[in-house]
Amino acid sequence: MNFLKRIHALVRKEFQTLLSTKSGWVLLVMPVILQTALFPFAATLEVKNASLAVFNEDDGRASVELMQRFAASGAFTEIVPVWNGAELDDAIGKRDALLAVHIPADFSRRIIDGETSPVQVVLDGRRSNSSQIAFGYLQSVLDVYLKERAAAAGKALPSELVVRNWFVPNLEYTHFILPSLVAIITTIGSLIVTALSVSREREQGTFEQLLVSPLTPEMIMIGKAVPAVGVGFFQATLILIAAVFIYHVEFQGNLLLLYGGMLFYALALVGVGLFISSVSKTQQQAFLGAFVFMVPAILLSGYTAPVENMPVWLQHLTWLNPVRHFVEIVKGVFLKDASVWRVWTLVWPLMIISFSTLSAAAVMFRRKSA
Amino acid sequence: MGYCPGWLHKRTPWHAWKGAILKFLSWRRLRALCWKETLQIFRDPSSILIAFFMPILMLFIFGYGINLDSARLRIGLWMEDSGAEANGFASALTGSAWLEVHSYDSRAAMERALVDSQIRGFVIVQEDFSRKLKQPGETAPVQLIADGSEPNIAQFVRATVNGVWQTWQMQRAEDRGEEMKREISLEPRYWFNPSAESRNFIIPGSITVIMTVIGAMLTSLVVAREWERGTMEALLASPMTRTELLLSKILPYYGLGMISLMLCVSVAHFVLKVPFRGTMLALWVVGSFFLLSVLGIGLAISTGMRNQFNAAQAALNAAFLPAVMLSGFIYEISSMPVALRAFTHIIPARYFVSSMQTIFQAGSLWKLLLPDILLLMGTTVIFIGLTAKLTKRRME
Repeated sequence: MNFLKRIHALVRKEFQTLLSTKSGWVLLVMPVILQTALFPFAATLEVKNASLAVFNEDDGRASVELMQRFAASGAFTEIVPVWNGAELDDAIGKRDALLAVHIPADFSRRIIDGETSPVQVVLDGRRSNSSQIAFGYLQSVLDVYLKERAAAAGKALPSELVVRNWFVPNLEYTHFILPSLVAIITTIGSLIVTALSVSREREQGTFEQLLVSPLTPEMIMIGKAVPAVGVGFFQATLILIAAVFIYHVEFQGNLLLLYGGMLFYALALVGVGLFISSVSKTQQQAFLGAFVFMVPAILLSGYTAPVENMPVWLQHLTWLNPVRHFVEIVKGVFLKDASVWRVWTLVWPLMIISFSTLSAAAVMFRRKSA
Repeated sequence: MGYCPGWLHKRTPWHAWKGAILKFLSWRRLRALCWKETLQIFRDPSSILIAFFMPILMLFIFGYGINLDSARLRIGLWMEDSGAEANGFASALTGSAWLEVHSYDSRAAMERALVDSQIRGFVIVQEDFSRKLKQPGETAPVQLIADGSEPNIAQFVRATVNGVWQTWQMQRAEDRGEEMKREISLEPRYWFNPSAESRNFIIPGSITVIMTVIGAMLTSLVVAREWERGTMEALLASPMTRTELLLSKILPYYGLGMISLMLCVSVAHFVLKVPFRGTMLALWVVGSFFLLSVLGIGLAISTGMRNQFNAAQAALNAAFLPAVMLSGFIYEISSMPVALRAFTHIIPARYFVSSMQTIFQAGSLWKLLLPDILLLMGTTVIFIGLTAKLTKRRME
């Protein structure tokens, strides 16, 4: 009983240091609000509001029709007409346009002659991903146009590719970002709380007081872990609520499965945080240490760019990255209604990671306190 | 004091100017303060970790880990038709260098593989595919299901399968002696980055994030640390002026940041083989004003917060995350809503990303760089000015 009472007292003290000041609260809630408000709009690989430069040397019907269709497609809000090659160069160079289309003077004549009529499209390679996506939009506009021309001429295409997207039919990027954001924000919150809590005590000299109290190093660790897990759960819940009720991303899976995964994830983070804390002397070191862990972990989680695009050796290395597993869990449960079995394949690596980091931290603590 | 040439006698402008400067700072004190700050940087392993180890690590992560160009896409294939035409299409799919095609015992197993993210899409060839294809009036559909939970990959799956399907159609027409010409074709041509590799624009952009970390994260702690440890009181009791305090915090970190910038650019160019077409001068001008802006942000946070824990959190949210999310280095600014686009204008990282991309990919085109440089000067004045305003010469 004594054990629980002591831990309870310690946990209460930890929560108090965390939440006693107004700025403490602000720092727990503000980032969540700010990030859920900004990032779904900011972090998008969709191409919207792009501008298209058009250099049309042809005056036939087909070229005008094609241009009208490009202009009407949602991706391009602005059409920049240019009148010569130099202006076209400038439009791309100065980033006035993401893509530039050049229709040569013999465009209509070639169609009438039954030849394939080429249209040059210049893509801004400095933004190759966006321009590739925008080029894809042009391509699909052209496909529809060609199909209609064929139908008007009384020819049916022999075959047709019908594409459907599962889980997120319209490929809204917000549906992809918000579940990942649950993972990212929890990471920042709970990791920094654990990493800084011990080093702050050490810097302020209160760590010695903890050590001379009847608390064992393990109890101190538990006392530090509980608030961090609490912070993680609290922040994750805030984003989940925002995702479902404000952004209307439908929650497909089982909430219990998500929180189960979250518990092991938070434990893995606490292990990392305590380990960093135990090897650093000052708050600055702890903070920068947490940062050096966090940035690569988030970047290589599959959130910014898919894990499967990485070289194979790096894909294997990301197995050690707890963020990667948790991003998969949240996305899987949230969007795809992942099965218990699937979540289990992602949870057991988290168990191994948390077990090893927590024991490493415990060893470091015992050595420090002895 | 000191030597003064004859023509600079007594009340010359130079004297007036020198006198005015000396009211704000003494070179000797400034040197001493800078030296103290430099020693503090080099004695702390964590700042060395951030200034030299972190940039290299990040460059390699951005160079190898952040790749938006899909390599080989894993898709499933479900054949309901075993006719020759259907098999021809299937072998076109399996033969593609961009696709890794898996087959499954049941359709349910294939769908489960999609839910479990083992494949990113699947193609279904229906049972009457070969028959419909032969009938002149009918259209034989090919169904493609893509994993919408990964929008970027779903786009690539669609484009790749579409490409295979079109080539197959053309090949088939050719084999049958028919002509199947598209009336119009789009011919893409890349400027600045002919191979269209995403790393060539991501790596220059990522240097922005690295510089933000050095500029804002390191400095966000330095003034707060002095307040927390009480050494600020000792400094304030000395004859040090506000300008000296500010400069002593800026100059050493500016030096550190510029060394890291050179390190980053060298690694990016010589190790990661990103083409560098610009000049050192352009890099130095753009880099300096950006670095001074982020130093200003870091110091303003530090001075305003006076508490390391809070300053660290604030720097993360006010400097680091915007540099990743709102600078346009991965996510296109023009695709953001109007309000957010307006907000990105006060983020110095935005201007640095665009000029770094220009310097690396296009060269030192001053016509393109000048607006960015002027705006970076503007953010420098704003953020350093803010710090100066927050810096007080008194304890409260």
